[in-house]
Amino acid sequence: MIPAAFDYVRAHSAQEAISLLGEYGDEAKLLAGGHSLLPMMKLRLAVPTVLIDIGRVDDLSYVRDQGDHLSIGALTKHGFLETNALLNAECPILAHVASKVGDPQVRHRGTIGGSLAHSDSASDLPAAVLALGGTIVAQGPSGVREISSRDFFTGYFESSLAEDEMLTEIRVPKSPGVNWNYQKFNRRAQDWAIVGVAAVRVGDSTNVSLVNMGSTPIRAEGVEEALKSGAKAEEAALHAADDTDPPTDLNASPEYRAHLARVLTKRALQASGL
Amino acid sequence: MVLGADASSFIFARDEKGDTVEISVTVNGGTKSDEVEPRTLLVYYLREELGLTGTNVGCDTSSCGACTVHVNGESVKSCTMLAVQADGQDVVTIEGLAPSATELHPMQESFRENHGLQCGYCTPGMVMAACSLLKENPSPTEIEVREGLEGNLCRCTGYHNIVKSVLACSGQDLL
Repeated sequence: MIPAAFDYVRAHSAQEAISLLGEYGDEAKLLAGGHSLLPMMKLRLAVPTVLIDIGRVDDLSYVRDQGDHLSIGALTKHGFLETNALLNAECPILAHVASKVGDPQVRHRGTIGGSLAHSDSASDLPAAVLALGGTIVAQGPSGVREISSRDFFTGYFESSLAEDEMLTEIRVPKSPGVNWNYQKFNRRAQDWAIVGVAAVRVGDSTNVSLVNMGSTPIRAEGVEEALKSGAKAEEAALHAADDTDPPTDLNASPEYRAHLARVLTKRALQASGL
Repeated sequence: MVLGADASSFIFARDEKGDTVEISVTVNGGTKSDEVEPRTLLVYYLREELGLTGTNVGCDTSSCGACTVHVNGESVKSCTMLAVQADGQDVVTIEGLAPSATELHPMQESFRENHGLQCGYCTPGMVMAACSLLKENPSPTEIEVREGLEGNLCRCTGYHNIVKSVLACSGQDLL
């Protein structure tokens, strides 16, 4: 399968990419690792007329200690996150979730910023950043703005990024220790999650988010509230599918996904001692 | 921009050959310079422009790993990378692994010794993925080998001897 023809331009800085986005408008897409975009283009689900390659903007690949939080460059690859010592020490859930994306070849190319900007509710990293209560940094022609992960994901493959904005950084609170867990349920090793659950202690609160239980990654607020009011893991997990609208596909019905969400939430909470 | 079925005429209208871009790629140690369409996938550049047909196309959807090559020393699926993304990069294919025309690479030798292949279709990708795995983890456990090769499918289901081949190449005791 070959994508439809497009024009190719290479940006060497975020600034240059943003100005190219301004020039080409909604005909253009940013190309980072390409591991979400290129498969969609091969299937003609995405047909941009211009690709702006940001894969060589090398100053956006990092994990930095910022005191109470870590900042992660948008073009940091999953394979880098998986093995990064600082991330493993200060935010182990994110390093672990990065190691569960696709397979090694995919993790050598795919980037965290690309995964978040793609905003697939079946992807692992968006739900992990949401569970952490992370912040997404977007740069546009008029400057930089911070978007809460709660407001970032707006619908199927849709985020609150403007057409002329580029996601440049992800900030996550430090959450060291062992009180975290990620449950990914799939049929084959490299598949997307049929349902996934991320649970993590951040400061005093226990946060739980769900993969593939709606059009966006979502926080399991019913579970979080039950835990706050003293419910045990097993009782709290019964609320995992409350107020969700899980999709149906050949892998699972909405009812089965709701069941999985409850079972996986229980496992995640128990395994992490939350 | 994501288009639905109603835009199909527009999509096919853009299937004619587009403008080309000049790339220069190091492939198996030699520099190759070519004009390619931006939409040319790396695997088709390697196979059809350079004649390096050792890299196979299997699923063409980044699932099976038959098209695995090394880019800057790391395994990647060449059906999910554009040739223009490889511009200026160092690419190694299965043809570039062996030290000479009469010697095999130790991983190839190990696959031969341990019968790590049946029909052989997945083998180039398996060998490239296995070399990348041992570079990152020189003494993997059996589980780590299995997980490290999760991006490569063998439809003959010959996984047992593939795992054995990789462990043997790492200098560890066999299963």
